[in-house]
Amino acid sequence: MKVAKRTFDAVIVGAGGAGLRAALQLSEAGLKTAVLTKVFPTRSHTVAAQGGVAASLGNSTEDNWHWHMYDTVKGSDWLGDQDAIEFMVKKANEVVVELEHYGMPFDRTDNGKIYQRPFGGHSQNYGQTPVSRSCAAADRTGHAMLHALYQRNVRANTQFFVEWMAMDLIRNADGDVLGVTAMEMETGEVSIFHAKATIFATGGSGRIYYSSTNAFINTGDGVGMAARAGIPLEDMEFWQFHPTGVAGAGVLITEGVRGEGGILRNASGERFMERYAPNLKDLASRDVVSRSMVTEINEGRGCGTDKDHVLLDITHLSPETINKRLPGIREISIQFAGVDPIKAPIPVVPTCHYQMGGIPTNYKGQVVVPKDGNPNVPVAGFYAAGECACASVHGANRLGTNSLLDLLVFGKAAGETVVSDFQSGQLTLKPLPENAADVSLARIARLESQTNGEEVHEVRLAMQRTMQKHAGVFRFADMLKEGVTKILEVAERAKHTQIKDKSKVWNTARTEALELDNLIEVAKATMVSAEARKESRGAHVRDDAIDCAETPNGRDDKNWLKHTLWYSEGNRLDYKPVTLQPMSADVEPIALAKRTY
Amino acid sequence: MSSKRTVQFKIYRYDPDKDAAPYMQDISVELEESDKKLLDALVRLKAKDDSLSFRRSCREGVCGSDAMNINGKNGLACLTSMDDIAQPITLRPLPGLPVIRDVIVDMTQFFKQYHSIKPYLINNEPAPERERLQSPEDRDELNGLYECILCACCSTSCPSFWWNPDKFVGPAGLLAAYRFLADTRDQATSERLDNLEDPYRLFRCHSIMNCVDVCPKHLNPTKAIGKIKDMMVRRAV
Ligand SMILES: Cc1cc2nc3c(=O)[nH]c(=O)nc-3n(C[C@H](O)[C@H](O)[C@H](O)COP(=O)(O)OP(=O)(O)OC[C@H]3O[C@@H](n4cnc5c(N)ncnc54)[C@H](O)[C@@H]3O)c2cc1C
Ligand code: SF4
Ligand code: SF4
Ligand code: FES
Repeated sequence: MKVAKRTFDAVIVGAGGAGLRAALQLSEAGLKTAVLTKVFPTRSHTVAAQGGVAASLGNSTEDNWHWHMYDTVKGSDWLGDQDAIEFMVKKANEVVVELEHYGMPFDRTDNGKIYQRPFGGHSQNYGQTPVSRSCAAADRTGHAMLHALYQRNVRANTQFFVEWMAMDLIRNADGDVLGVTAMEMETGEVSIFHAKATIFATGGSGRIYYSSTNAFINTGDGVGMAARAGIPLEDMEFWQFHPTGVAGAGVLITEGVRGEGGILRNASGERFMERYAPNLKDLASRDVVSRSMVTEINEGRGCGTDKDHVLLDITHLSPETINKRLPGIREISIQFAGVDPIKAPIPVVPTCHYQMGGIPTNYKGQVVVPKDGNPNVPVAGFYAAGECACASVHGANRLGTNSLLDLLVFGKAAGETVVSDFQSGQLTLKPLPENAADVSLARIARLESQTNGEEVHEVRLAMQRTMQKHAGVFRFADMLKEGVTKILEVAERAKHTQIKDKSKVWNTARTEALELDNLIEVAKATMVSAEARKESRGAHVRDDAIDCAETPNGRDDKNWLKHTLWYSEGNRLDYKPVTLQPMSADVEPIALAKRTY
Repeated sequence: MSSKRTVQFKIYRYDPDKDAAPYMQDISVELEESDKKLLDALVRLKAKDDSLSFRRSCREGVCGSDAMNINGKNGLACLTSMDDIAQPITLRPLPGLPVIRDVIVDMTQFFKQYHSIKPYLINNEPAPERERLQSPEDRDELNGLYECILCACCSTSCPSFWWNPDKFVGPAGLLAAYRFLADTRDQATSERLDNLEDPYRLFRCHSIMNCVDVCPKHLNPTKAIGKIKDMMVRRAV
């Protein structure tokens, strides 16, 4: 089959917050750039972010980047790389103010500055009291941000390939990245996008779980493509379960609700977080709140006939506050929980929300892999940013509002790195290997001819159920072990999926089958990495990790203060050290300590 | 006790790869207890017939992907409750735009109009070190405008847009135009008004209000259009 080839200076896969922020950098520098996206840019899942973006602007309460850095390192349970974290928190004010200049409609304080609200795990004075650090546009921050970024790209004349699905990463014999193959959804045609630089900004993979706040399109495509092309995945055992997904529906209720004064209650109406986190209470870090909720439910204090959820109560807030600061939440609650939060509390459960791990990068957005004894060698021509990447600033647990910050800072950084590598002549167009599209064409050909296979939705459901059951909020040694066997079985089944729709035009059966290949990589990485990590840290908590002086909260720094690297080929694990040294002399390393809130 | 129920659909089907012409398909599906919205039902239906094609992503009414014509009225499948919907549920693509396949339409013209109003903040003063200040009252002026999800429910229910999709900006584009006109940080007021001063671009709106009626985000393009017209009048005197 003949495959069309297009050539660019750079190709960006993904037009969510990270991809659009990177694209802006390239377009404004005049690079010939293609931005590929499965959906029209403003339909990317950044649009669903509600609560806000972190920056120590100090508009309402005193704040500074040192406190933000401390909170982020502590939130990460010390698995975050302190150089990247320092880089991110120092850049926060700059990238948020830039957005304001692009036209983002932030809410305002009385004196006209950007409105900020408290958020989980963010504090003043190294963990003392909650701080207002989350810059918000009502409870539609992601929508406001994504549209502002798209609009700025319209101004910059960025070239988009809308409803094009990237399929596979193209590498040469040296491992350099030369672009991607992609399928135009309207025609089903596969093309090669040949480029000097390739940036992945494909977002999260939350659809590996049965219950998730993520969109249908969050299928971990970039992560899967990278894994299949031999790039290891970092820290994939760490998944954030957001405390407040609408029970039954999975749709998110932002932590900003608790930032505005919302309270979690059990069946007897008790504010149980006071017992688990005496200082920050309902605004403790997400992993802590989610575990507390599951403990309440497991011990019989859950609400409803099945005692399977808890309640998020804002009935004590004034209707004016709710309508002004949380209008979207009110609507979601009415639509998906059937309750008006002005009158009655919202039923919520911890729900899979965010992947802390991903494609390993450094703070410049370069993808890095171990080579010749050096754990962090950049892969020529390959960059990544946003939720698909692991910089690693979130470590074992991300703080709310730090992800929108992550994608701004590292989207921009990846863009800047590409621009400077381009301008210094380091980036060249390397010859494509022969038959660069063969892998992709073979995947499509298999779907064309497969018979007697299972349906995609059946295999996907089996994967989601397995992940939910075996790698949830609390993890158990035996369940993880069994989970590994099961997920490998599911992966085997995924190789033989069958679709009935053979049309070339907008064949969503085919895209869903291709997406499943990516989900499976993520699911395997998660289960295998989780089974192997014999400690509790951040969002990864297992029953056999013991809380004692040596291993506080079950965290075993002696053996496990290290990043996991999972390789798809051979289903193999490796590890690399955590960077405990900040980037500059402006700040001392944040010393290891037991995490309490 | 089983709360399973079967629902009947009538769906516009067209696959240019195999169908000579579009047709209406009668199909039914058994729903699970957890299938609350029309989008859930469509996903259930797709498990039965994987060739049914529709766009979807966020499933919470914020991405604007799954707009379609539902029992004669434009709306989002993910926000349409299965409880109070008449059967057979008749689904068609958004009216007035070329159909690509099934209920998937070609939205090029819709986005072209959106882009034509320069949907970005224009302020040519050097950017200050910190945020530009804006009072909470001035910021409130953007409420009801910035929340648009570009779903096209409005423009594809507007007769003026059906007749002149290439010339009339349409309610979504005009709402966006007013979003920037209303922003105290934007400096391109007269340029923006010039851009709309045309017998078609703005003035094809005859305040029929279909757009308001269908907007899933409860926005009011007609009101925004009225305000632009007021601005035109005010600057003329
Ligand atoms: C409901 C919800 C609320 C949240 N609220 C907050 C919050 O308040 N604050 C905060 O900091 N974080 C929040 N988060 C997290 C944050 O929103 C996400 O981590 C972030 O938006 C991800 O951005 P991204 O640019 O990496 O990816 P996305 O916005 O998901 O974009 C991914 C892009 O990649 C494209 N893509 C994917 N695969 C392919 C492919 N194969 N080919 C072509 N294109 C492809 C998609 O089309 C899309 O354009 C929230 C997350 C959720 C789910
Ligand atoms: S009010 Fe104007 S824009 Fe809205 S439907 Fe009527 S003619 Fe169209
Ligand atoms: S104004 Fe409403 S109906 Fe029109 S595109 Fe925006 S959200 Fe959709
Ligand atoms: S799926 Fe996003 S608006 Fe319905």
